[in-house]
Amino acid sequence: MVTKQTLIDSKGFVRTINRLAHEIIERNKGAESIGIVGIRTRGDFLARRIAHKISLMENISVPIGCLDITLYRDDLRGKLNQPELKMTDILFDIHDKNIVLVDDVLFTGRTVRSALNALTDIGRPASIQLAVFIDRGHRELPIKADFIGKNVPTSQTQEIQVTMSEIDGEDAVYLIEKGADA
Amino acid sequence: MGLSSRHLLGLQDVPKEDIQLILDTAISFKEIINRPIKKVPTLQGKTIVNLFFENSTRTRISFELAQRRLSADVVNFAASSSSVSKGETLKDTARNIEAMKIDMVVMRHNASGSAQFLTKIINANVINAGDGQHEHPTQGLLDMYSLREKFGTLEGLRVCIIGDILHSRVARSNIYGLKTMGAKVSVCGPATLIPREIEKMGVDVYHHIDDILPHVDAVNVLRIQLEREAGGYFPSLREFHRYFGVTKERLDKVGRPITILHPGPINRDVELSADVADGPNSLILEQVQNGVAIRMSILYLLGTQN
Repeated sequence: MVTKQTLIDSKGFVRTINRLAHEIIERNKGAESIGIVGIRTRGDFLARRIAHKISLMENISVPIGCLDITLYRDDLRGKLNQPELKMTDILFDIHDKNIVLVDDVLFTGRTVRSALNALTDIGRPASIQLAVFIDRGHRELPIKADFIGKNVPTSQTQEIQVTMSEIDGEDAVYLIEKGADA
Repeated sequence: MGLSSRHLLGLQDVPKEDIQLILDTAISFKEIINRPIKKVPTLQGKTIVNLFFENSTRTRISFELAQRRLSADVVNFAASSSSVSKGETLKDTARNIEAMKIDMVVMRHNASGSAQFLTKIINANVINAGDGQHEHPTQGLLDMYSLREKFGTLEGLRVCIIGDILHSRVARSNIYGLKTMGAKVSVCGPATLIPREIEKMGVDVYHHIDDILPHVDAVNVLRIQLEREAGGYFPSLREFHRYFGVTKERLDKVGRPITILHPGPINRDVELSADVADGPNSLILEQVQNGVAIRMSILYLLGTQN
């Protein structure tokens, strides 16, 4: 038995992005000093949406980039399938910028740990802030998000699925429950 | 996802998907080697031994840089200063080194087939860095990467390999790989330096360089391997240069730019004239840079397999 429950629908999705954009501007007192970096794959699309919203609100073009953390993973050898290596694409100088790192789901914190290492290998930002769409708990590392779309208490057996219209055809967040027999 | 083999021994029979994956993955590594911090932690804890039974400068340095930039632990072994000079066999050398718990071996050896032999006696991943006159797959791949980067695709690309085909493992790897990727490959050189029945590899053979130059997009100029007594196969270096040397004058006659590759080290003004080697259509230094990216790609793909 697999059950799928909608946590955020397409309207809620857009509102959540807008709120994250507002919070980021508020915290950074504008958008002059920030750069937005998404973690591939869905973090990248979220980063673009947030950056677009901030650009409209502040009337300024916010530099965006995306990070592929494959080479920094601590589970590379334990994975069943070798993940495809994609490009890290950060074309602006992150030095002395306030970088907002964006990912879809914050879970164990290991992806963020990899991303922090990957980011600091590229340069020395003034600060790194973390924005996530869903925080589902179960951290295995001392990592905390600065901006959270929605807190969702979950059990280990549940799954969070974030879909985005750019690649999945719709904007939504689902909670997927896999029964014992699944 | 992943390569279909645990080793890289040659490009013969390597499927198109594998070559594609190696070339595509190398694009990411080329970005990394152009960063201020050219290092990623991917192969942390892996130990790689570079077994070089034959002299090499750029291949060995290129492999070592690729390994260090992936954070692997690297041990270098040069035959001249080792137990091999005391008469130890390849089998014993390899098994002793493996007993020290290593994960990968990169080997260059003067005997064709030695890399294949190594896979039968040790468990580590084996990467062939040149075995006799057989293959030099990483050179073939970096040549293909350089051509693909310049032309966008290898499909239908017309490439001529010029010079000492007989002794050249670079030529064999290039022919196998380029054919697999759909390029149109020809070879050109004196009859004494073209192996018999090479047509069976699917290449056209030319003995006059001016006949083929107008019909190609790129030439891969091979080094006259004086250490393999290539000098005995033609009357003199001067004569070789006159008939087969790639010169500015010859290229100008074609009337359109032809891309120049050379695996190095160059015998200047023998197979390739200096002004062409340093000219605007030469990819030679680009090849060297791409070599590190290609080797990182292969080390990554083999080193993180299950």
